[in-house]
Amino acid sequence: MNDTAIRVLVPTGMLGGGFPPETIERGLQLGADVIAVDGGSTDSGPFYLGSATPKTTRAQVEWDLRTLLKAAAEARIPLIVGSCGTGGTDAGVDWIAEITTDILVAEGLDLAVAAIYSEQKDSALVERLAAGAIHPLPPHGALDATTLEGCTRIVGMMGHEPIEAALRGGAQVVLAGRATDTAVAAAYPLMRGMPPGPAWHAAKIVECGGQCTTDPRAGGVLATIDAHGFTIEPLNPAASCTPASVAAHMLYETADPFRMREPAGTIDVTAATYRAVDERTVRVEGSEFEPAPQHTIKLEGARISGYETMSFTAIRDPHILANIEEWATLLHKVLGEWVARTLRLDVGDYAVDIRLYGHNAVLAEHDPATGPAREVAVMLLVRAPDQATATAIAKVANPLMLHLPTADMAYLPSTAFPFSPAETERGPAYEFVLNHVVDVDDPTELFRTEYRKAPADA
Amino acid sequence: MPETLGELALEVRSKNAGPFWTTMELFMRDEAGYAAAADEDVLNEEVVARLYGVPAEQVRIFRIPDLNVVKISFPRPVPQGGLRDRDVHSGQHHVPLALLVPPAADARGSGGTD
Repeated sequence: MNDTAIRVLVPTGMLGGGFPPETIERGLQLGADVIAVDGGSTDSGPFYLGSATPKTTRAQVEWDLRTLLKAAAEARIPLIVGSCGTGGTDAGVDWIAEITTDILVAEGLDLAVAAIYSEQKDSALVERLAAGAIHPLPPHGALDATTLEGCTRIVGMMGHEPIEAALRGGAQVVLAGRATDTAVAAAYPLMRGMPPGPAWHAAKIVECGGQCTTDPRAGGVLATIDAHGFTIEPLNPAASCTPASVAAHMLYETADPFRMREPAGTIDVTAATYRAVDERTVRVEGSEFEPAPQHTIKLEGARISGYETMSFTAIRDPHILANIEEWATLLHKVLGEWVARTLRLDVGDYAVDIRLYGHNAVLAEHDPATGPAREVAVMLLVRAPDQATATAIAKVANPLMLHLPTADMAYLPSTAFPFSPAETERGPAYEFVLNHVVDVDDPTELFRTEYRKAPADA
Repeated sequence: MPETLGELALEVRSKNAGPFWTTMELFMRDEAGYAAAADEDVLNEEVVARLYGVPAEQVRIFRIPDLNVVKISFPRPVPQGGLRDRDVHSGQHHVPLALLVPPAADARGSGGTD
């Protein structure tokens, strides 16, 4: 039983990102069949996955979710949230599920909720590794069991299949752990029989909400997928989609703008055409999806790389600024000597990064600019196996950061510390370590779905 | 004054493409600007390798005339969020590319007529 067209409403690029409420009303008026929104990303770094902490605060998420749940209930259409809690960890899914339950109770809404968990046990993955079922993605090499065992959290990125299964199981609200950005928007049109080329391509275009429009801050978008392609328009009547704004979104955060791997296959938009239907609506045709011979699930994992302490001062003296690189090199060298003498640590026991903000902190040796800056902030970042050691090293650095002269100065300068105490403990630091895929026989086998009774039935 | 690629562009931007890749795009103003940025003698894998200190064989360049866009991707030299990562989102890494000065159109071997 195929429909002729399915309309996907994407309110914002990230749950908690906010949107004008009238854009949701407009989407319902236009006949939205499903609301899909992404709740996470790796883009803000490994901390959120590694620590299972959301990047957003509860009030932001609650505001968005309340509006979306009410809209879904009013229109009797499903709501799908992907990568819950930023990293898509089990704690992230539970956090969004708890907020959802509170809203459903407070608003008296009767919706069936499914939670899909995507966290992976290292021991189970070690067995799959031993069986030869885990492969690296470029630029990474082969994986060893120790790397899997060292992760604080590992998630698998689900495709559309577990989401579709939850919808077929009766869920009106699907709260998914880590999912591909595209799977969240593609799941419902695929389930309703839309062809995979347009469904996946549309899902990629809408995954960042209004990013594919001429005014990304104006709100989200509506994609209408049919048997031959899809059309896309902004939910805000004042914004536009143009062939250039839509085509350009394939470039955003993609290493390859034409081909993108999903668990079930590869989206190929090489032959896609983008045509203006009117001044704010674009028609896309020619998108393809190549099913893969082997279904794969991408893994993401983060581990603690150490504990960090930061110290920060500022220099305005033109004499030091004229010799700032020499000064920083001297700081690094003397710090190493003092740490060896007082803390009895070798350079291999800890790591230090000295960043000269205002000089070349962002691009370092690749910075094309020359000439002394007007002022420079000196950030010392220390990483050690434990917090106390990291802070001890930063404290040893303190008199140097305060008073170190350049080689030709006959007096001790004093730099401008903005804070007392000078040191800020950053806690555990995380790093991403997995860039690998697992071969699976069944695209749902790594994921666990729990159906939660709607509050009204409880 | 010779113009930089950034001055010939509507926008030059950079961003992560996942935790292990950096990607950047030059959205050129017009076909002449595109011809300058897409010229393989001006901007190629070796030039990107020199600008960013990455191996040339890992640099991927996509030239997209329909959009007047040149897109460049390479593995992140520093893992995202690591001790030495000074740009978690890779949001400011477009600058060396934007400051590249292409030779004037008449001095280039191909394209660039307007």
